[in-house]
Amino acid sequence: MDPVLLARIQFAVTVGFHFIFPPITIGMAWLIFYFMTRYLKTGDEEYGTQARFWLRPFAVTFVVGVATGITMEFQFGTNWAAYSRFVGDIFGAPLAAEGLLAFFLESTFMGVLLFGWKKVSKRVLWLSSLLVAVGSTLSAFWIIVANSWMQTPAGYRIVDGKAELTDFWAAVFNPSTLQRYIHTIDACLITGAFFMMGVSAWYLLKGKHVEFARKSFKVSLVAGFITAALQLPLGHWHAVQVAHTQPEKLAAFEGLFETQKRAPILIFGIPDAERRETLAAVGMPAGLSILIDMDPEYEVMGLNDVPRQDWPPLKLTFFSFHLMFILGMYFIGITALGIFLMWRKKLFDNRLYMMLAFVFLPLPLIANELGWIAAEVGRQPWIVYKVPGMRTAEAVSITVSASEILASLVMFSVIYALLGVLWVHLLRKVVIKGPPAHESAAGKEVAS
Amino acid sequence: MSVYQTLWFFLVGVLLTVFAILDGFDLGVGFWHLWTNKDEDRRLLFRSVGPFWDGNEVWLLTGGGALFAAFPPVYATVFSGFYMAMMLVIIALILRAVSGEFRSAEESATWRKIWDVCFSLGSILAALLFGVALGNILRGIPMDADGNYTGTFLTLLNPYALLIGVLGLAMLAFHGAIFITMKASNDLEPRAHGWATRSGIVYIVLYIAAVAATIAGQKHLLENYNRLPILWLIPIVALCFIIGAVFYLKRGRKGMAFASSSFSIAGMMSLAGAGLFPRLVPALQKPDLSLTAWNSSSSELTLRTMLILALIGVPVVAAYTIWVYRIFRGKMDISLEDEHY
Repeated sequence: MDPVLLARIQFAVTVGFHFIFPPITIGMAWLIFYFMTRYLKTGDEEYGTQARFWLRPFAVTFVVGVATGITMEFQFGTNWAAYSRFVGDIFGAPLAAEGLLAFFLESTFMGVLLFGWKKVSKRVLWLSSLLVAVGSTLSAFWIIVANSWMQTPAGYRIVDGKAELTDFWAAVFNPSTLQRYIHTIDACLITGAFFMMGVSAWYLLKGKHVEFARKSFKVSLVAGFITAALQLPLGHWHAVQVAHTQPEKLAAFEGLFETQKRAPILIFGIPDAERRETLAAVGMPAGLSILIDMDPEYEVMGLNDVPRQDWPPLKLTFFSFHLMFILGMYFIGITALGIFLMWRKKLFDNRLYMMLAFVFLPLPLIANELGWIAAEVGRQPWIVYKVPGMRTAEAVSITVSASEILASLVMFSVIYALLGVLWVHLLRKVVIKGPPAHESAAGKEVAS
Repeated sequence: MSVYQTLWFFLVGVLLTVFAILDGFDLGVGFWHLWTNKDEDRRLLFRSVGPFWDGNEVWLLTGGGALFAAFPPVYATVFSGFYMAMMLVIIALILRAVSGEFRSAEESATWRKIWDVCFSLGSILAALLFGVALGNILRGIPMDADGNYTGTFLTLLNPYALLIGVLGLAMLAFHGAIFITMKASNDLEPRAHGWATRSGIVYIVLYIAAVAATIAGQKHLLENYNRLPILWLIPIVALCFIIGAVFYLKRGRKGMAFASSSFSIAGMMSLAGAGLFPRLVPALQKPDLSLTAWNSSSSELTLRTMLILALIGVPVVAAYTIWVYRIFRGKMDISLEDEHY
């Protein structure tokens, strides 16, 4: 088998699996911080119980995220040595910065938050919950910096067949960093909120821990609505940036072949690379032009103006982008409906709504994966967008044979599948066990 | 430029040394994990490292990131060259990472045993492989003019590298056992004391064997020492720290013993670093092809930028890490039902 293909599959499997977990923990970290803040301010044990309970699924998810994250730090060197040599001058720094400025913070205070309830004061616990949330959100920043540089490289020049840094801040805040980061963090917040809503809905359906679950449902519903609604302008901002900085990718998102003014935006279609047209297209004329530039006469570049060998895979890019968009709309709709029901005081009588909230708990995870696929497959065939010598096929480790990659790929697949099953199983156990009964206040005063 | 290159050679060494000292004790705890058989003792061991292991491992990730940023060809050559070994390290680290959290989730004895084995074997395998990797780098690896590794997985399992591997394992087992004596309060404490004494002796014997094997067979590592004889103090001081740790332990001064064994680890790393400098990866039998701090570094701008990041980041990290270690200092109380794990 082709070693490049195997290395790509392994990278996709290991990142794709890893990317299930951090969005949940980043989102939940802020919700836990909210409960800790209320707990600190009001001293109300109910809030303390909320924080303590949500910490459990959080911890199980966090540990799988950490474990699968180790792979990512090493894999550039093991499987993409040519890439590592080419871009190391720029790409290594954000990875080191992630450790130094973010991951230490998150991991160290995670220890306090999990093991410190009988050892430190409420204020320190509160601070730890804040630092875990800040740390995990900053972690995402440096990872997105590294990824964004692959999409829209900046602040470098090519010297002797290698990228060399010329401007650190230009590389960090390259043209897609902020848009991608804020869009991704908002997706994480949506994921955390939907996770909490889903679990709470299950309790409400079962009639267990009702008071507890109503409170957490309300909080996460409000958080879910705000973040889902925000994703509309944020996603738009990101898409406009893609239109300007990676027009090929945008053309693939929208199945646009002819460069044209009044370019349509599609709701459905099947892009056909051979026939160079998008079949069964349903959409709004001039919609794309208007969205990008507020002007129907804005000319959008189509794939026909891009050399064929520089096209990304069209179907995968197109469908993942559109499905993500549809899911985003669902998130807005379902949370808006929930807010409406809550306002009419009919939310908790509505079993159908609770059923939806529970059954569709994993949808944000799927949306995250789709967004990632759209972004990364849409970047192909480049590993670093439009940098000569940095097509994906040129970036692999030449010393690693196909059979070695196959062996490690099988190993990862088996272990990750097992981890995935165990993760779901343990979450189920934690949820079935339910929140702890009210305890007397945590913190030093009780321990002594 | 060469100032920055030297500094980064040193800084990568510091990051990896702190990793060896901190993650070293939790790997060492993993080494002894299966020597216990009561659930209570095993829970205590998991809890003793529970608040720390993740933060400790970040030193590895940061060290790896720093190596990537400061010396990309080294990161690329070593990680791709040691492919299967790296994959085994990753799997070992993954299994031990999840074991504490997963183990505590079920009461069943079989279930707990599975995660006990994962934690212990994962720790042992990782500790051993780190040592073998370092042994190979000390010895030099076969590579071509493009910096590509030309050996196989079996090349890595040569006697010298294996000796360094078991030395590293004994060192971390010793370090971990001392840590357990600081944390355990029941009958585990005297047992851990015994483990520490025995592994301490093994550590000393293997250390002397490794120094002898280096002097006898690894001439390229002696160049700096012969040029600058004062460096010979490093192996002597390192030996004093190991003996000091055994001695303090005997006197019941566990904190000092732990400090002394930490310094002995720093001594081992300094010993290796002083032998290698300025080489990061000597090329076996072809010294000209070696990857050095001079021919393999990133640009001056990157090194300078990273240095600023490190000068801001490392002290802050060190400060709060020390603070958190102080929160959890002292004996464990296993009776606290409420604790995590």
